[in-house]
Amino acid sequence: MMLDWAALGIETAKLRGASYADARVMDTRQREIATKNGEVGNLLESESLGIGIRVIASGAWGFASTDRLTREGVQACAAQAINIAKASALAKRENVALAPEETYVDTWQNPFVKDPFRIPVERQIDLLLRADKEILAVKGVTLAEGSMSFRKIDQLFVSSTGSVIHQIKMQSGAGIAATSFGDSEIQKRSYPNSFGGQHALQGYELIESLDLVGNAPRIAEEAVALHSAAQCPEGTSTIILGGSQLGLQIHESIGHPIELDRVLGQEANFAGMSFLTLEKLRKLKYGSDIVNVVADARLEHGPGLGTFAYDDEGVPAQCTPIITNGLFTGYLSNRETAATIGETRSNGTMRTENWNRLPIIRMTNISINPGTWKYDDLIADTDDAILMETNRSWSIDDRRYQFQFSTEIGWEIKGGKKGRMIKNPSYSGITTEFWNSCDAICSREYWTLWGTPNCGKGQPMQTMGTGHGASPTRFRNIKVGVAFAK
Amino acid sequence: MKRTKKKSPPARARHSKGAKTSSRSMLSSGALAENGARFTLAELQRIAGRVIALSQADETEIEIDSTTDALTRFANNTIHQNVADHTLSISVRAVVDGRTARATTNKTDDESLRRVVAAAATLARHQPENPDLLPMLGPQKYQKVARYFDATAAENPMDRARAVTRVCKMAEKKKQTAAGIFASGSHQSVLANSKGLFASHQYTDAEFSVTILEEKSSGWAKSGSPDIRDIHPDELAESASNKAIASRNPRVLEPGHYTAILEPSAVLDIVGSLFLDFSGTSILDKRSCLNDRMGKQLFGENVTLWDDVYHPYQLGSPYDGEGLPRQKILLVDRGVPKNLVYSRTTAKKMKAKPTGHGLPLPNEYGEAPMNLVFSGGDKSVEDMIRSTERGILVTRVWYIREVDPYEKILTGMTRDGTFLIENGRIAAGIRNFRFNQSVIEMLSNVEMLGPAVRAAGEESFEMVVPAMKVGNFHFSEVTKF
Repeated sequence: MMLDWAALGIETAKLRGASYADARVMDTRQREIATKNGEVGNLLESESLGIGIRVIASGAWGFASTDRLTREGVQACAAQAINIAKASALAKRENVALAPEETYVDTWQNPFVKDPFRIPVERQIDLLLRADKEILAVKGVTLAEGSMSFRKIDQLFVSSTGSVIHQIKMQSGAGIAATSFGDSEIQKRSYPNSFGGQHALQGYELIESLDLVGNAPRIAEEAVALHSAAQCPEGTSTIILGGSQLGLQIHESIGHPIELDRVLGQEANFAGMSFLTLEKLRKLKYGSDIVNVVADARLEHGPGLGTFAYDDEGVPAQCTPIITNGLFTGYLSNRETAATIGETRSNGTMRTENWNRLPIIRMTNISINPGTWKYDDLIADTDDAILMETNRSWSIDDRRYQFQFSTEIGWEIKGGKKGRMIKNPSYSGITTEFWNSCDAICSREYWTLWGTPNCGKGQPMQTMGTGHGASPTRFRNIKVGVAFAK
Repeated sequence: MKRTKKKSPPARARHSKGAKTSSRSMLSSGALAENGARFTLAELQRIAGRVIALSQADETEIEIDSTTDALTRFANNTIHQNVADHTLSISVRAVVDGRTARATTNKTDDESLRRVVAAAATLARHQPENPDLLPMLGPQKYQKVARYFDATAAENPMDRARAVTRVCKMAEKKKQTAAGIFASGSHQSVLANSKGLFASHQYTDAEFSVTILEEKSSGWAKSGSPDIRDIHPDELAESASNKAIASRNPRVLEPGHYTAILEPSAVLDIVGSLFLDFSGTSILDKRSCLNDRMGKQLFGENVTLWDDVYHPYQLGSPYDGEGLPRQKILLVDRGVPKNLVYSRTTAKKMKAKPTGHGLPLPNEYGEAPMNLVFSGGDKSVEDMIRSTERGILVTRVWYIREVDPYEKILTGMTRDGTFLIENGRIAAGIRNFRFNQSVIEMLSNVEMLGPAVRAAGEESFEMVVPAMKVGNFHFSEVTKF
């Protein structure tokens, strides 16, 4: 049926004057579980099926979507997309042009071991409640939380140029958190990451690998201990960022500024633009010589939230060098923006949240390549620094120059040894100055492909999962403590 | 852009903003206007009845939302994205043996309805009993609110394209670049349960947002309303254009503490961070900044705050996620936090009365006041500028995040129109600042208030807020533009 609906949408669009059309039929299933203080907080399953049709007519774009999957519904949707394109043409400056792409007929599914929807929900709840119990057993904890989410996306892409691509993606995620209120402050620790934990294109085996229950007492004790920890100093310091925090640093200060739609001004009203203007390509020293970053959607990069076989305009997954030995070498593009800047091909980053949203340029897996350092050697090599782990807040300006991050916890590094705990750690800087101050990156064995499930972009807003491979990394002369400065 | 914030109540709760209890018939599915709703109220009522009839659960609740949205997006003085969507959400909550869960579908055939009903019951069954779960409500009476406008529902892509074309031409004429959105939508919702409760809710919404760019400056303006006739794209574009002109060649100002004049949009996006703090559940969970502070003089005496869904500038349904009528609640009285909002469950736990602010069950957040209305003053932004010897005028803020949840320190950036004020006049545009500012301190340092208006921002939902002149605002760092 999916193929019938998509083909009908394309055929109708062509009959009504589309010079190009593509259709995405998406059938999604989701499960969300949340626990809080020993009780189930949220328990939800949802499904959604519909079609989105994108057309070029009169040289301009139109997009319409519907969940009325009848002959009349799909035809009306295609006709509406054409009408919208004709309206777009009123304010057209030039005809839309797309970089060429081959046609593909293919089927792909990400590998996973255990279908999370076949795992009894009571077993999933029980795991979260056991972690909850461990957290609440620690005196001083005032709130224990846990969550799991699973999403299966069954999607078919069909284009008027002949591509028919069927992909099935299974993603899983989970995390726990302990909060302690006392002494007029709130402290929180999360595992394995904040804001929902770790997420990946995997099955339930991901959840089983996390050992949520085993890590629950540690984060609970740390949340309580933070009350009596030393305040993060204000000044300039060497910092070492844990892998998940570095993943978010990559997301905000590399992933977003390389989006070519931002660079070309298409997001100026909302998400903003980018400091990476076109003349900087292959000229800007983005980072120090050891900084190598790729945008890699291929499965061989790992089961990230940005992993797929084809993007949502039918372009195969690719690995694009973004920063090569410190030099800025690549943007994230789609077929339209690739043509605009004279590239011969899109590098395959068009993604959509669901059938009712237009695909837009999104991060895939934006990862820093591992370095050579053993973690213990890195600590031993550091005389005076702050080690910061697990994001607490993040903010960056609308051109992605100036950022400020804070983390849940920090530790002093003195004389090559990890010392006392630091609370309320924060750091700030200017993107290129920051990445040029990087002088040590830990090796592959400390590298994790972190999943960020909640990246928002576009109007209407779309939430997308992205991947960020990172290992603990050191930066010199970084401003710290500004967030709490009086 | 930005990672969405996890700390927000379920999206379904936001859908219930903008409402009308109305039996006004809507376009049938066979006569789809671009903005016409796909399902009539009668059709949704029939689906609700069918779901309740199919359910074997002890109690069954159904919430259905039929939505039609359209959005025209422009940048570089041309339309580059132009979209429309018709969506349906059928969300079923089942109660079985003192346990509850929810399942959602967008399919209306009998097999799918049976499946969603069964899924909700199965999920409910496979969890521990919930001792806090209350029986579903019976029939309720609701106060009417008028938030559906034919003019908005009738808006079409050509209308939007014409307005956008005018704005783009204006920008081109001034050698400027325009970017923004023009959006409209219409919505029909019903909430029903097996105890006989039935609520319905119809509303429209429209929004125009524009950024006007020059080489080294920009200006921004935005307006939203259920009635599209309240929105004036040309005037908004003119205002944004003037800000871009006024902030040409921005100066670099040292970070520090300044008097800040925050336009309503900036106030909205900052104070919006407070809304969950007024939830009873946040107090129970000890994650509210109001823990140990209720009844104390926390803010300045010129700050009074209500939650009031019935305010003429507000949006939202007159009932909460369980169908309880929403009440107008005084949250802050002359600087003193007086009251919280409560769902039925939280009210029972805290020995209080429910206020009609519960989020759809099950959820871990309890309740939230989502219709904040600040008391205003009588000063205009111009009055505030004239009275300021040295300060900063902020059009808009951006990427607001919580740095300290108890002291309520927020960080964020200024954007699209930041100005130095000297000797009662705008002296120059300046490069954008990062701020790290406690909202509690900010609301203790309010020196002047403008009239409360329906404001539109990007970081929080719609609110009725005034412009504010605030002393000692902490701009901590400066960026490169």
